[in-house]
Amino acid sequence: MSETNDVGYDLVVVGTSWGGLAALRALVNGLPKSFGMAVTLVQHRHKDSDELLRTLLQERSELEVCEIEDKMPVEQGRVYLAPPDYHTLVERGHFSLSTEAPVRFSRPSIDVAFLSAADSYAHRAVGVVLTGANSDGSNGLRRIFDRGGLALIQDPVTAESPTMPASAVRSVPRARVMPLPELIRYLAVLPTAPQERHI
Amino acid sequence: MALPLNPGPLPGPPFTYNADLERLEIELLLEGVFRHFGFDFRSYAYGSIRRRLWKRVEAEGLKTISELQSRILHDADAMERLLLDLSVNVTTMFRDPTFYLEFREKIIPVLRTYPFIRIWHAGCSTGEEVFSMAIMLEEEGLYDRTRLYATDINDVVLQRAKQGIFPLDRMQEYTDNYIRAGGIRSFSEYYTAKYDGALFSPSLTKNVVFSQHNLVTDRSFSEFHVIFCRNVLIYFDKTLQNRVHKLFYDSLVMFGTLALGSKESLKFSEFETHYERISSVEKLYRKVH
Repeated sequence: MSETNDVGYDLVVVGTSWGGLAALRALVNGLPKSFGMAVTLVQHRHKDSDELLRTLLQERSELEVCEIEDKMPVEQGRVYLAPPDYHTLVERGHFSLSTEAPVRFSRPSIDVAFLSAADSYAHRAVGVVLTGANSDGSNGLRRIFDRGGLALIQDPVTAESPTMPASAVRSVPRARVMPLPELIRYLAVLPTAPQERHI
Repeated sequence: MALPLNPGPLPGPPFTYNADLERLEIELLLEGVFRHFGFDFRSYAYGSIRRRLWKRVEAEGLKTISELQSRILHDADAMERLLLDLSVNVTTMFRDPTFYLEFREKIIPVLRTYPFIRIWHAGCSTGEEVFSMAIMLEEEGLYDRTRLYATDINDVVLQRAKQGIFPLDRMQEYTDNYIRAGGIRSFSEYYTAKYDGALFSPSLTKNVVFSQHNLVTDRSFSEFHVIFCRNVLIYFDKTLQNRVHKLFYDSLVMFGTLALGSKESLKFSEFETHYERISSVEKLYRKVH
């Protein structure tokens, strides 16, 4: 089982594809106004998607939801949405974007976001894999777990599309696997790392 | 489409790799590339350069960044391959069609007021957006009084840009983009299909000067009415971005236009106050003081 660390967390990165809209709306709805981590959402979507997803999420969230721009600082208590047609990389304290080729047909790639988060935030990162119809995110979640971060997966049986969470479970057998409502409640009360220990 | 459920690992260090050691190895390699070959990638955004280096490590059949360092220092061909990996930015014709639509509506009328127009495409890569701009200027009747300067650090991609041949299988996508960008002709008028390539009309490049220019180390070479640099600065770290913004600021005429990629912003730079936004949606800025 993925064990929680003893200093808390700075950053949550959530990956999802098919069925992700409903799951993400539920997730942001369940995070309290006082939530202390930065939340990054990586949802596969069409390259010409507009503001709609951000608007739909903002409707349900007490936290501010914004679409990521290059070099935007990573701030506590905000929700960041990976823009379509770019890869999102998490650097120490800010985001970088990239137009490198799609990875396994996806841009944004959940793996790319997870791998960079694992590198920059190590044990202070939380990776979350939700519903989806491919296996993106499995490798990256493994890296977050191996660097001492926390790996959470939506129970595939309860997911609208089980492929992505099932693949993540195979890649990280010791991840915490929970139905979505339970996963959201768990995330909402995870300890936040004290700011001064920010790496 | 059928995807394997467990595709192999992505290029990257083994899971047990020490992240601090990895960072050290990357810094050493980039220092070596700079001191031995003069290409300065030391201030590139870490996450992306790290991905590209690991892809090269894997392609060369190596295990570590240090092994790659050794190979490129002793094997000029390997260095050439790495240079391509590090400096090639993927782009498309009329990328973000709404951007071109906005450019047509907001910037073209300003350009009409100049007797002669100079436009700089900084980091033009294989030239897709240079051709897009040339087509738009042609349709607006401005091409004949415009000179476009298309520069890139990488001579290989510049040579490809000069040829004006793009993959035929992208033409459907480019045609869609062209129409949504406000194109007023039939896109196929601009190219001839040949084998699996689309050869673009040489008249589109008659006013284009292609030349090698390094945004990191080279200076300004003229004054421009428009500087076009989309999705290039995202590969630089914040310090280097500010240096390049200084270069752009110094190279723009007063009230000249700076065009950035749709997810780039001056907000996180030191030059925000020197420009005003021309469009509420697209990243078009006017130099104001």
